[in-house]
Amino acid sequence: MSESTAVFKRLRLRERSIAPVALVPSVLVFGLFVYGFIAATGLVSLSNWNTAKIDLSLASNPLGSYEELLGSYRFQCDLRNTFVFTILLLIGTILLGLALAILLETAVRGRRRTVFRQLFLFPYSLSFIVTGVAWRWIFNPETGINLLINATGVNHVLAVAGIGPLQPGWLTDPQVVLPVNNALASVFPPLAAIQTQLGIPVALIPVTIASMWQLGGFAMAMFLAGLSTIPEEVREAARIDGATEAQIYRRIVLPMLRPIMVSIIIIVGASSLKIFDLIVGMSGVGPGFATDVPGLFVYDMAFGAQRYNLGAAASLVMLLLVTVVVLPYLARSLRNE
Amino acid sequence: MNRTLSITRPFQVRRPRLSRLVMAAAIVFASLFFLMPIYVMLVTGLKSADNVSLSTMWQLPSPITGGAFLEAWDRLASSMRNSFIVTIPATALSCMIGSINGYLLSKWRFRFSNVVFIAIVFGMFIPFQSVLIPLIKTLQFLGLYGSLLGLILVHTIYGMAVTTLIFRNFYVNIPNELIDAGRVDGAGVLGIFRHIVLPISIPAFVVGAIFQFTGIWNDFLFGLVVTPDPRVQPVMIALNNLSSTFSVAWNVLMAGALVAALPTAILYLVLGRYFISGLTAGSVKG
Repeated sequence: MSESTAVFKRLRLRERSIAPVALVPSVLVFGLFVYGFIAATGLVSLSNWNTAKIDLSLASNPLGSYEELLGSYRFQCDLRNTFVFTILLLIGTILLGLALAILLETAVRGRRRTVFRQLFLFPYSLSFIVTGVAWRWIFNPETGINLLINATGVNHVLAVAGIGPLQPGWLTDPQVVLPVNNALASVFPPLAAIQTQLGIPVALIPVTIASMWQLGGFAMAMFLAGLSTIPEEVREAARIDGATEAQIYRRIVLPMLRPIMVSIIIIVGASSLKIFDLIVGMSGVGPGFATDVPGLFVYDMAFGAQRYNLGAAASLVMLLLVTVVVLPYLARSLRNE
Repeated sequence: MNRTLSITRPFQVRRPRLSRLVMAAAIVFASLFFLMPIYVMLVTGLKSADNVSLSTMWQLPSPITGGAFLEAWDRLASSMRNSFIVTIPATALSCMIGSINGYLLSKWRFRFSNVVFIAIVFGMFIPFQSVLIPLIKTLQFLGLYGSLLGLILVHTIYGMAVTTLIFRNFYVNIPNELIDAGRVDGAGVLGIFRHIVLPISIPAFVVGAIFQFTGIWNDFLFGLVVTPDPRVQPVMIALNNLSSTFSVAWNVLMAGALVAALPTAILYLVLGRYFISGLTAGSVKG
């Protein structure tokens, strides 16, 4: 800007070359541990390494692991689950976070707002294992939520009506509702080869609720930060023009929250695609793989069954899913620089 | 910012009573939802083993006993120590590396600095399953597999992604004139970092440290795979083992979950403000 800046720019030129050099150790180590290791995992996925003994020789059918993976009943369940879970969690977290943020913005002021905000965000500081342990107890079909359902008296009414009691099995329910296999196969016949029942596994719903408990406050905090950047003048002006509160939210506030919404989708989407801890802590693979996920599959294959090539292939499918969600976002922020 | 327009507030109609009532009810309902698991853990943890029955899970403990907490502490204390041994140095190291990287990438941009930055940030999102197999082999080669030192190394390296992001977003907002002033005094790239940039970085260090401490304390996957020996396991793995041991009663498990969550919960309650600014700092600006 000033004259001096121009002088220093020239001076800085010589110094400048130090910056890339100082970054070399970080770049080398990080490059090896992230990108080098991903490449190595790629090699493992194409290899014969199928036992405890390391064997990196190329398999006669290099893509054999991937073929086995996509044909595997368990992995098909995992892909279905991760897809359903991600969609449910994104919708749930965004709606919950937005509702909480708007509630706190409009109905609570001052110190009380801080208290509620801290309460709603608190679960975000906990580990997924802690969350899983607590919610597993709550969704225990013999106790927990079902006791609360009994306490409402709903089951007395149902008994009088001659319908069985409302006693969901929650995490133990093997059902998959809203099947879409036939619909998919009628659109594209080769999809009839999918053995897994595609739909919403009932046991995933408690898992989604537990994750919403943990991540809803995060979305709320992000939305609150976004709301605070919208100047009061904008809303005031709309009010003077006769807009109702609902119209102000729909036409002005929500569109302005779009960038925040994108950030939430990326962060929550990426963490739900690689969910692992919560599933281990809460439900494990579930009845008929109803709550199994790719993260657990990789762990079981590579570190349990020592089927390293299959585990490596599955982990790269996970990486691909996350990349599809994250990379456009990163590329865009690079362009905006 | 500019609040002068709020003077027009007297003209604003007060919200109708019904919608205020609905909103108050919604807040109460949300609070119950968020408090419920904490309530369940607390009351179950304070019950004695023969007092924990399926039908009374929502009831308050009578009498209140601390036995479950003592047993949980007994079973988790050594793994809590392991977690501290891993978390504190890994947090400090990854923050220091992140601050240097963030400084270089924001104040001394070079031709591919943005590419390097994005390549590092992408590492924050990858599923770590996709690096585990070569990671274990490398740690075995280095003689660090199964040790707390190995776990410190792993968390330092993979933690670099988020700390670089946090510090870089912090440094972007400090004026370049400050760097130029350092040049006048004849300081070099690293001299300016030490004498000018580092002293004003405390807020970023607080945010980065909270982020890293929570993340590493709560880590499960790396601990599970890198340190299979129960004597060197971090607390989250020990807690999970506790939950899959049939001889352990629910009251001990719930008490254990609270004990394991205590350090991050305290951090959160004391430094919650910074926690929130960390959330927005930790997300890439789109």
